[in-house]
Amino acid sequence: MSTSVDTAIDRFTARAAEEGMLDVAYTRADSPFGPLLLAKTKRGLVRVGLPNQDTDELLVDLAERVSPRVLEAPQALDEARRELDLYFEGKLDSFDLPLDWRLSGGFRQRVLRAINRIPYGQTRSYTEMARKAGNERAVRAAGTACGSNPIPLVVPCHRVLRTGGALGGYGGGLPMKEALLQLEGVLDESPAS
Amino acid sequence: MTALPPFQTVLDDHAKAVMAILHGAVGRDGAEDCFQETFLAALRAYPKLEDASNLRGWLLTIAHRKAIDHHRARGRNPVPVAEVAEVAVEDGIPARDEQLWAAVGGLPPKQRAAVALRYGSDLPHSEIAAALGCSPEAARRNLHEGLKRLRKELA
Repeated sequence: MSTSVDTAIDRFTARAAEEGMLDVAYTRADSPFGPLLLAKTKRGLVRVGLPNQDTDELLVDLAERVSPRVLEAPQALDEARRELDLYFEGKLDSFDLPLDWRLSGGFRQRVLRAINRIPYGQTRSYTEMARKAGNERAVRAAGTACGSNPIPLVVPCHRVLRTGGALGGYGGGLPMKEALLQLEGVLDESPAS
Repeated sequence: MTALPPFQTVLDDHAKAVMAILHGAVGRDGAEDCFQETFLAALRAYPKLEDASNLRGWLLTIAHRKAIDHHRARGRNPVPVAEVAEVAVEDGIPARDEQLWAAVGGLPPKQRAAVALRYGSDLPHSEIAAALGCSPEAARRNLHEGLKRLRKELA
């Protein structure tokens, strides 16, 4: 009977999508750093949960802030998963995924959009990001925007460093930030900081 | 007001119970369809649900409405069932009878749900109360009124 329930659930999810009720589709994806959570809306990728983040909390947050119609629908995220796999293999330097920015507003969203334009293998400072977002003096706020990035990896906040080159912070932990910068050829295997 | 959990949680927590109850109410063949109808209706209504404290009861109520619709749509065709009920008659109510189900379908919502939950799924009064979001006393009363009305209509 559990098989028939599983099949019924799969069919239900497909029908929910057909009827336009799949407000938030999510799946878990493997990465070299551990499991990721990927979530998208009809507009695009809305959330990437890093391995050190609590998946259940992220889903509850999406239910509250986007829509409670949150369903596990791996197929809806096939393309995101494919591009991330290629990225981790060093075979993709630019994501081509529609993004849903709604989880960040105002200045934060402007900072994140500016970050989204930093090319692969390059870095910028928090100060530059603050300036690009329209307020050069709001360096701390730019740092907060990076820290609260709802779509890490795809929106490459790991490419933002302190002025002078110190790593700064990372939501997924500094070792992950270092590893990503090594992957992109920005850092040597043993970084100075 | 309790915040609404992600719908996937509702699905994971209650899919088995809903399927089991539908197996009992409409048999194996109809259960899958009723399951889809139940959860699609639930998902449609979900964002506007005001009270998330009894999601199981809410789903079971929808499931029973769908089971009644199913019986009604089938009209007088015989219903294939996985298991034939041992007790064909209980409290003067035949177990599976289309005319009866049609009459059940015509009851006021709470009475209809109480009767369906009691005789379709064999739920005790306490669970019927949970499903309807009322006291066991009120559940008993709804069941009693529903049965009284059915006896009158089918007499």
